[in-house]
Amino acid sequence: MSMGTGLADEGREFEAKIEQALKDFRSSVHAWSEAEYSRPRAVKLVHLRSWRVAAGWALGCVLAAGSLTGGLYERHHQQELAKIAAAETARQQKLAAEQRASKEQDDLLAKVDSDVSRQVPSAMEPLAQLMAEDEAR
Amino acid sequence: MKAAAEEFSSVVEAHRPQIFRFLLASTRDVDLAETLTQECFLKAHRNWDRFRGDSSALTWLMRIAINLEKDHWRNRRLQFWRRTQTNAVELDEASDWLPSGERSVEQQMMAREQVAQVWQAVEGLSARQRTVFLLRYVEDQELREIAQATGLSEGTVKAHLSRALVKVRAELRGKR
Repeated sequence: MSMGTGLADEGREFEAKIEQALKDFRSSVHAWSEAEYSRPRAVKLVHLRSWRVAAGWALGCVLAAGSLTGGLYERHHQQELAKIAAAETARQQKLAAEQRASKEQDDLLAKVDSDVSRQVPSAMEPLAQLMAEDEAR
Repeated sequence: MKAAAEEFSSVVEAHRPQIFRFLLASTRDVDLAETLTQECFLKAHRNWDRFRGDSSALTWLMRIAINLEKDHWRNRRLQFWRRTQTNAVELDEASDWLPSGERSVEQQMMAREQVAQVWQAVEGLSARQRTVFLLRYVEDQELREIAQATGLSEGTVKAHLSRALVKVRAELRGKR
């Protein structure tokens, strides 16, 4: 028997082995599947899944409620800050107005003083005195 | 309406074992295979009025099952806080299910060892290669049917199948 024939026989033998292994694999999966398929099944996994689903929903609800509360608190906080800022602005504006009014009043008084002080110029003083004397007589 | 419900019931009765078997071989997890099978038929029931019969009902159901399995693993990767351990049985345990036939004890042992090697090779395949391999060698589907079920072209199916077989051969030869 030549070496080539030997190798060919070996190859054929291996191919037969592969074919048989694949057939056995198929039979094995079919037998396993049939055995498991006909076995009565407990609903443990479904129960476990529903528990997980419920826990997932609960966690989701808590997170949603937390986000909502956080959002509302943040909005309320922002509104409070805005109110405080508005009040502060109004107070500052009022203060500025008061200061402006006070300054205007001071300026007016200063102007009146100045006007009054110049009502009888020094050059007219002798004439004013004569008029006062005439009235006395 | 009643006719459609009856038609769907007969489809469930006819194909449920095959869908379960495919999912069991894909996941090696009996509970998961059962759950995914239920989801598959629930989804099929919701979309039954949209099934136009372009492919066979089995191919259509297989496509739903493949997508559900894909979604399951994708979700599992995202849900990293869940325990990563699955209920998948060990490879040796999976290969225990072998009808004895008319073999000697020694032949049975050898066959069981070879089945375990095939499982080992399947474990090392990519998701697509595994799906194609299982549809071909466990479900006896034709390339055209596999292409329809997976949404791949026949050429791509052939390529995946060929790569999967290379790995199975290497495993049975005793090398990677």
